[in-house]
Amino acid sequence: MNKPIALELKQITKRFGTKVVANKQVDLTVYRGEILAILGENGCGKTTLMNIIAGIYYPDSGSVFVGGKEVVIRSPKDAFAQGIGMIHQHFKLVDVFTAAENIVLGVNDGHKYNIKEVNKRVSEIADKYGFRIDPKKKIYEMSVSEKQTVEILKVLYRGADILILDEPSAVLTPQETEKLFDVLRRMRRDGKSILIITHKLHEVMAISDRVAVLRKGEHIATVETAQTSPAQLTEMMVGKKIEMDIYRPMPENVRDRLVIKNLSLTSAEGIKMLDDVTFTAKAGEILGIAGIAGSGQKELLESIAGLHHLQSGSITYYNPKKDKPITFYHKSFERVMELAGQGMLRYADGRAFTGKDENGKPLSKKTICAQVEAGEILFVEDEVINLREKTPLQIRELGVRLSFVPEDRLGMGLVGNMDIVDNMMLRSYRRGASVFVDRKKPGDLARTIVHDLEVVTPGTHIPVRRLSGGNVQKLLVGREIAAAPTVLMAAYPVRGLDINSSYTIYNLLTEQKQKGVSVIFVGEDLDVLVGLCDRIMVICGGRITGVLDGRNTTKEEIGLLMTKTQTEQKEGTESENA
Amino acid sequence: MNMLLDFIITAIPLGMTFLFGCVGEILTEKAGHLNLGIPGIMCVGGTCGCVALKMLRNSGLPWPLIVVLAILAAFVGGMLMGLIYSFLTVTLRANQNVTGLAMTTFGVGVTKFVMSPMAEGGGMSYLYALKYFRYPFQGRTDALKYCGIMVFLGIIIALVAAFVLSKTRSGLYLRAVGENPATADAVGINVTGYKYRATLIGSGVAALGGLFYIMDYAGSYEAYKSIEAMGWLSVALVIFTLWKPALSILGSFLFGLLYIAGSRIPTLLGIQLDMSATPLLQMLPYLVTIVVLIVVSVRKKREHQPPAWLGLPYFREDR
Repeated sequence: MNKPIALELKQITKRFGTKVVANKQVDLTVYRGEILAILGENGCGKTTLMNIIAGIYYPDSGSVFVGGKEVVIRSPKDAFAQGIGMIHQHFKLVDVFTAAENIVLGVNDGHKYNIKEVNKRVSEIADKYGFRIDPKKKIYEMSVSEKQTVEILKVLYRGADILILDEPSAVLTPQETEKLFDVLRRMRRDGKSILIITHKLHEVMAISDRVAVLRKGEHIATVETAQTSPAQLTEMMVGKKIEMDIYRPMPENVRDRLVIKNLSLTSAEGIKMLDDVTFTAKAGEILGIAGIAGSGQKELLESIAGLHHLQSGSITYYNPKKDKPITFYHKSFERVMELAGQGMLRYADGRAFTGKDENGKPLSKKTICAQVEAGEILFVEDEVINLREKTPLQIRELGVRLSFVPEDRLGMGLVGNMDIVDNMMLRSYRRGASVFVDRKKPGDLARTIVHDLEVVTPGTHIPVRRLSGGNVQKLLVGREIAAAPTVLMAAYPVRGLDINSSYTIYNLLTEQKQKGVSVIFVGEDLDVLVGLCDRIMVICGGRITGVLDGRNTTKEEIGLLMTKTQTEQKEGTESENA
Repeated sequence: MNMLLDFIITAIPLGMTFLFGCVGEILTEKAGHLNLGIPGIMCVGGTCGCVALKMLRNSGLPWPLIVVLAILAAFVGGMLMGLIYSFLTVTLRANQNVTGLAMTTFGVGVTKFVMSPMAEGGGMSYLYALKYFRYPFQGRTDALKYCGIMVFLGIIIALVAAFVLSKTRSGLYLRAVGENPATADAVGINVTGYKYRATLIGSGVAALGGLFYIMDYAGSYEAYKSIEAMGWLSVALVIFTLWKPALSILGSFLFGLLYIAGSRIPTLLGIQLDMSATPLLQMLPYLVTIVVLIVVSVRKKREHQPPAWLGLPYFREDR
């Protein structure tokens, strides 16, 4: 490698707060005319490191050299002055502006502002690297891939020689990704240095010259792509297994609770978010879901909770009602008759309940209601409920006790400006017939949760948004568990929590499992998944790539499934068939 | 026929009052700030101008200079109001609607306090300058007499604002601030600076509307009492003209026509209308604004929507 060095990082350390070390003495060298992939799990510090180069964060210690000279980068402007530009995952564009207007925004190059000249220059740059773009097109009329092109052109227009791309393919279709890679190769030929953050191994193998692997904030190694393999990279990425001392009893009384078949979901932009997902969540066990962030975990849970319109598939819920009385709680008279028609109901003494008396004469509504109220009518089998195309409210009215701890706590889970008691009421406000709200029970619940889960708060009448992330999470999990669910879905419930709070949550989940709840746990730390879950389902690009036994699997096995591509999946099934 | 012409010509200067307020408010809103203080700012502008005229009455200065100084006084008065508003909403991030309404209440109050003794003072005060403001038509008896200096000034300001917003770098940056301040901030645009400048200049421009109304169109000691109503129409005109200063020239003319239609059209047609019906007919501009608002929101064309961050405070740390 005789290429000149474009960028060098020496001993970069960045801390957030006193505890979290995002980057620990990282060394990195980038040559001119190369594509360097930065590889690592979620939260390994790769985005932080790139943000340091791009001037969004300032390192606590360490130095940055551009073209051999030490530089200080304190803002994105400084970075541009050094010829460094970053293309973020979330686009920063003004929707009602044209591509060219967005590109020229903030550029004070001394030229007179003339949009025609800008259009011309943008087209020139685009032609040079093989982009296809109309500079006069408005951003809101563009596809995601076109918007990304504008972001890249924005950086090139400012004359950047070092480009950083944060997971550029996350929002693209495979064809668009291929086009983007062609452009990147052309830029490499032009002598530009490209850093690309990704956790897709096949892309690393396809595009990069070298790979730098980060793990838990540390730089593990930089290797030549030609001399490595996906298996070796995975091992470097996930590291050796750490023993997690999480209490994990064997599951008892396991039976099907939620059966999901051939679920497919397409987003509004036309991207396939879930592709033919089939699995079963069982009562009395914790089902872990592993996968790179954004592989469809969120969509999967939201689909079950009734928040998406599905293209195809079925969601069947088995209500554990065998030999238990039917109640009117959230159920209508019509539903009772429907169940009776299906032969699902019987009297306590064993006679079938059909809604008719011994002589075949239909019973009056009043009589049936009295029998139901008295608890005389029981279920023969577990009640089967179809959850597809049901709204969250309908699901609840069918008596399905589904609890959902969403990823976005203050967006979907709690209302930030309301106090703890009011947030507890969000789940129970339908109870009670009075026009006035009853704050007593939610108040008691709030105090119980605050006490049991050791929530640090000055009181129960404080707006939730003023609590720290960990405490907010505890409140949310506590509230969802207090609803006595039969299915508990938790997306990243320990994100942002310290070790002790995390263990509190793990134990709560295990406790629920022992109570016969079907727990679905979406996690990001593989060590936790391997230590906590009875079964682990791996999702990749909206497809289930495998279901593993939590007690007999390794992180490497999960890691490989997490990055398995569609073509590999096909090859895999073909070889299995042969 | 003469009456019809008179009706049409009167609408031009009346609309000019709305035009000043409207262009000022457009500039502010393009920076993402909804300034409901415009009526108050227009009142204060009128007051400052009149106070300056009263003070300059016996100064012996040439009349064009007196006019320029009065206009400047109104502009500065408006800018001071704008400064209070921007300090509260940009720096302290107070709620824009509440602050704006408070500014209106404040401005109207100050105007009543200052203007009512001056108006009672009668001939001693400011109306002597009417003939200067109505130059070059000061001698006429028909509607043309209202088409004075400030009518031309208003049209020029609107055209300049349109040019700046669409053709200059500053205009592009200002629009970016109102559409997506985080993006503007990320590319190194001084978001706070643009917000302050737009609000201050916008308030100054709007304040001229108040002075124009007293010293040209209305030309009476009672005029200060109706500026607030003119101010609210200016805010409605912003929506009606879809945040486009050039279009607001035509819009203000139309609003002018609609505003006096109630009193003029029955006379034109020779119908005798009860006096109590006039206020009803004066609702026409508001009704038209509502219709435009509905049509625009149904069509959902992105260019015709208000700036995306209108009314929202911007915290850099929120990213």
